[in-house]
Amino acid sequence: MSKQRTAAIVNGDPVEFLSDAGQTLLDVLRDELHLTGSKEGCGSGDCGSCSVIVDGRLVCSCLMLAAEVEGCRVQTIEGLSTGSTLHPLQQKFLDHAALQCGFCTPGILMASKALLDANPDPTESEARYWLAGNLCRCTGYDKIIKAVLDAAAELRQDRKSA
Amino acid sequence: MAQLSYLSPSSVDDAVKALSGASSRALSGGTDLLVQVRSGRAKPDQIVDLKRIPGLIGIRTENGGFVIGSATCGAMLSEHPTLSTVWPGIVEAANLIGSTQIQGRASLAGNLCNASPAADSVPALIAARATCVIAGPAGTREAAVETIVTGPGKTSLAAGEFVVAFKLPPRGLKASDAYLRMIPRTEMDIAIAGAAVSLALDADGVCTSAFVALGAVAPTALLVAEAGQALIGSRLETGALTHMEEAVRAACQPISDKRGTADYRTKIAAVLAQRAAVIAWNRAKEQA
Amino acid sequence: MNKPVKPEDTGAILKVVGTRPIRPDGVEKVTGRAAYGADLHLPGMLIGKIKRSPHAHARIISIDTRKALALPGVKAVMTSADMPDLAAEHYEAGESASNLRDLSANVMARGKVLYHGHAIAAVAATSNAIADQALDLIEIVYETLPHVIDVEEAMAPGAPILHDQMFTAGLGETPTKASNIATKHRLDRGDLAAGFGAADIIVETRYSSAAVHQGYIEPHACVASYAADGQTQVWSSSQGHFVIRGLCAKLLKMRFSDVRVIPAEIGGGFGGKTTVYLEPLALVLSQKSGHPVKMVMTREEVFRATGPTSASVVTVKMGAKLDGTITAAQVDLKFQAGAFAGSPVGAAVMTSLACYDVANFEVTGWDVVTNSPKVAAYRAPGAPNAALGVECAVDELAEKLGIDPMTMREKNAVRNGVRAPYGPVYKNIGYVETLEAIKSHPHMSIPLGPNQGRGIAAGFWFNIGGESTVNVSINEDGTAIVSTGSPDIGGSRASMAMMAAEVLGIGVEQVRPIVADTASIGFSTVTGGSRTTFATGMAVVQAAEKLVADMKRRAAETWGVEIDQVVWQDGAAHCLQAGKAPKGALTLAALAGSAGKTGGPIATVVALNAQGAGPGFGVHVCDVEVDPETGHVTVLRYTAAQDVGKAIHPAYVEGQIQGGVAQGIGWALNEEYVFSTGGIMENAGFLDYRVPVASDLPMIDAVMVEVPNPAHPYGAKGVGEVPIVPPLAALAIAVRHATGVRMHDLPLSPSKIRAAIDAKAG
Repeated sequence: MSKQRTAAIVNGDPVEFLSDAGQTLLDVLRDELHLTGSKEGCGSGDCGSCSVIVDGRLVCSCLMLAAEVEGCRVQTIEGLSTGSTLHPLQQKFLDHAALQCGFCTPGILMASKALLDANPDPTESEARYWLAGNLCRCTGYDKIIKAVLDAAAELRQDRKSA
Repeated sequence: MAQLSYLSPSSVDDAVKALSGASSRALSGGTDLLVQVRSGRAKPDQIVDLKRIPGLIGIRTENGGFVIGSATCGAMLSEHPTLSTVWPGIVEAANLIGSTQIQGRASLAGNLCNASPAADSVPALIAARATCVIAGPAGTREAAVETIVTGPGKTSLAAGEFVVAFKLPPRGLKASDAYLRMIPRTEMDIAIAGAAVSLALDADGVCTSAFVALGAVAPTALLVAEAGQALIGSRLETGALTHMEEAVRAACQPISDKRGTADYRTKIAAVLAQRAAVIAWNRAKEQA
Repeated sequence: MNKPVKPEDTGAILKVVGTRPIRPDGVEKVTGRAAYGADLHLPGMLIGKIKRSPHAHARIISIDTRKALALPGVKAVMTSADMPDLAAEHYEAGESASNLRDLSANVMARGKVLYHGHAIAAVAATSNAIADQALDLIEIVYETLPHVIDVEEAMAPGAPILHDQMFTAGLGETPTKASNIATKHRLDRGDLAAGFGAADIIVETRYSSAAVHQGYIEPHACVASYAADGQTQVWSSSQGHFVIRGLCAKLLKMRFSDVRVIPAEIGGGFGGKTTVYLEPLALVLSQKSGHPVKMVMTREEVFRATGPTSASVVTVKMGAKLDGTITAAQVDLKFQAGAFAGSPVGAAVMTSLACYDVANFEVTGWDVVTNSPKVAAYRAPGAPNAALGVECAVDELAEKLGIDPMTMREKNAVRNGVRAPYGPVYKNIGYVETLEAIKSHPHMSIPLGPNQGRGIAAGFWFNIGGESTVNVSINEDGTAIVSTGSPDIGGSRASMAMMAAEVLGIGVEQVRPIVADTASIGFSTVTGGSRTTFATGMAVVQAAEKLVADMKRRAAETWGVEIDQVVWQDGAAHCLQAGKAPKGALTLAALAGSAGKTGGPIATVVALNAQGAGPGFGVHVCDVEVDPETGHVTVLRYTAAQDVGKAIHPAYVEGQIQGGVAQGIGWALNEEYVFSTGGIMENAGFLDYRVPVASDLPMIDAVMVEVPNPAHPYGAKGVGEVPIVPPLAALAIAVRHATGVRMHDLPLSPSKIRAAIDAKAG
């Protein structure tokens, strides 16, 4: 079976890649584009470690076929910071010690970005329910939620002063 | 998966042709199909992506009722400005499917045609008296949602047929719905039991129509006629609710599996139906 | 041999230790650049995959791999025939001693398959798809055998026997009939009969818990590269690359020096990654194929074939006087070991009464093999299971006596000078202080509403010291490198930098900590046992101290004074003798820049076996609300106090406490291995193996009680394991108080709670 060609925009850059029909977006990100920041924790959409944003929507990249992103804009963890300036979410995660092993962190950061894009002033409960699809086994989520709410506050402040 | 191919037709006709092969599977959100292909439970030769067919993604109104493109993702349902005001039960049910990430992809058609007895959106669609618009080799037809699933993993769709849209009937005043499910955690689980209630009231708050549908307590979602009838003519007093719960319990034919025992499912279905009925009634009263 | 080291007396005000700097590996992790085991790609790399047993128990009659090997793209196929025959040698490694023959048979089945999912063959191919096809082409003939999974069924006469040569040890005489009971453990003291005789009230009770998995989000992953001359490299996400090296070398009869293990970042371990599953297979496949081989488990494989912890049954008989003094305790622990002997029941025996000063006790433990995956260490292995039974029994006693559960614990609390049940005399422990911290915590005054209940429980873990090697060197510009062999699973790398910075008197940002591979540094045992901040930290401090002494010598030489005229303060040498130091203090940078003139590079190594690790105690209080119609449990609030010695980096200590509590809550409420009647795990994925999600938990208040351990330079005690010990009982007790029913069999799933409520009402 010959491979199929797909063209998309990943982290702002146009890319083209070849894939088998059965390869997922996660497979292609990691194995063809060498963007290994998105992780496979379960392969079945239950852990969120592979979370990316496609055309503005938070999705599990393990549940999309690579070919489905034809013409789409894909954002991965590698595109969250701007040059070497961290996104406030990334900085707050560091400040709050909101990661231990760090494996779930890329997925949680992408999910948190999608949360704050959709809802800049979430309550603790809204943040927890939004992030329920991102499993973390190390932290008990406490510092993660604190970091997200703190980043939300900072981003709201930035918007006010901008 | 070495033989697998992927097609993305841009018309209903092309999709019908592609789906006529025995080993073709329709893809909308992919949140069930990809899991099944990966685990080997499904072994299609061809995956037919429906999302580029015009009209399959989107929500519009027609003749006073909503028409929801079958590949519309759950997140879009809650983002719609009026759908959740008119059908809060359908929207909350759809929004309970999986995580935020799943919501960015999962569709009503997928949730229905995957034919899991525990599918969250199905009881609410049945209680709402929703219909499916189905395209196939013989043309287009419409069918009530409750006729689609015939058993776990089985649908009444013929080869080449697929769901194009869901139609919701026009909604009168003082009408609303609700869906509740029982899961062990707070999110992410498959329902152990689910109950949807859709009802309409007169100006005095007396129930004039009511439909109760259950999930995860039988091989398919169940429309329990007696349960709805128990509420008609009442203001959901204890007696009416008790009769409804009895009808719910009598209708349950659950299994015991790793997610719950049959006995528990039956008990909980009644609890959920009672609570959903009260929520729907309160919502309906609020409607102007 | 080490001695307690006191840091240079700078007025005893710590400048770095106790603060919360950003971890040095943090930016890598929040940008997705950190390289975990599955992220490595080498030229010519093949994909390795494993064929697994479809039966829970069967004899292997034949394996035919010819068709698989003939498939284009397949470069190697292996079975246990490709691994050396080993004697049943004991090898101290990881968190529990391994029997090498058992470990080899677990990694690749030999003679018999002992659980569904047991590895039986493996292939290396040029793609995932071809590897999968190759597995399907391997033809295996089995003779299926009856299987047993429940621990009590496995102990019963007539149970299917897993190992014909297993005769129960610890019974006095060696039996003649094979058994599934590998070992009986026993600990006792005093006169049990007299103790019960003196009791006014006796409680006899039984609790059980199901097998639960560590649940790390990163599946096991490694890459192995075997060169033609026998030199190998292995990149592995593990909790101890030296142990990985040792196990691979022993299992494959290789020289240790020929196995270089490079630690990848690790995505969670909790004890489960202190052993090997993939590495030896990847090495064999790499040798046979002549290519590097990457092996990554799927989530399903992780559940089916890597160690959960033991399912267990704990029976407790406990007697007390009316005033609450416990006079006697008898505990029996039955632990499921999985396919090979080695459950943590020994540790459970030792820890079960560790919080209680009881004069008369008898604790018995049974290590029982079952047709389920071989168990692996999981955070305080054995202790949570034991604490479930003992803490609930204490609560039952307290309830019968009408005594407040906190008072009950205070009355019987171990204190300094008390002999622990497992032998040593307690010193510098903070149990009483931890009880007090909860007693006086605002949580205890929050009123409870209908259907709400509060549970208090205590827990203990030994914490270990053990072997660590550390290199510390000063760069020419005065910055420092701290190199250890301890993989960083919780932020320990940050703590190493902090301790070195504290001793050297420089800012933590000037100290770069790295985790070095097995060829770059001497041996360290695993990151586990809550040992790293204690033992590796001790070595770091000693190494930094040696460098400070060395730099004082260099300064003294430079100034021409005796060394006792030099003090080290704020990162510089100061001369006490007037007029001798015309340029003032000599900073670390200045000394480093002129190191060549004063003896050469400034670097040292410390290799030690840290002694004096202090045990830790935790006291938790948990409030729940139970929906009486559905049995659903909501955790409303949770406070965990713990005796941490000294929090080197408080945020990471809090993180350990919060993470352990979350795992304990999952264990208590929803996690369990569900097996079909055919012995197949039915919930081998994160959908139906239900770990807590963010919306399941409240904020977890971690209270750090600091009663220092003087054996550590800064007083640190291990912290990682204690927090998982109390939650099982805390939740069970809270549910009791919310519903009036006492749940004896974990998990506390809604259907069981509803059934118990109905039974009580009916």
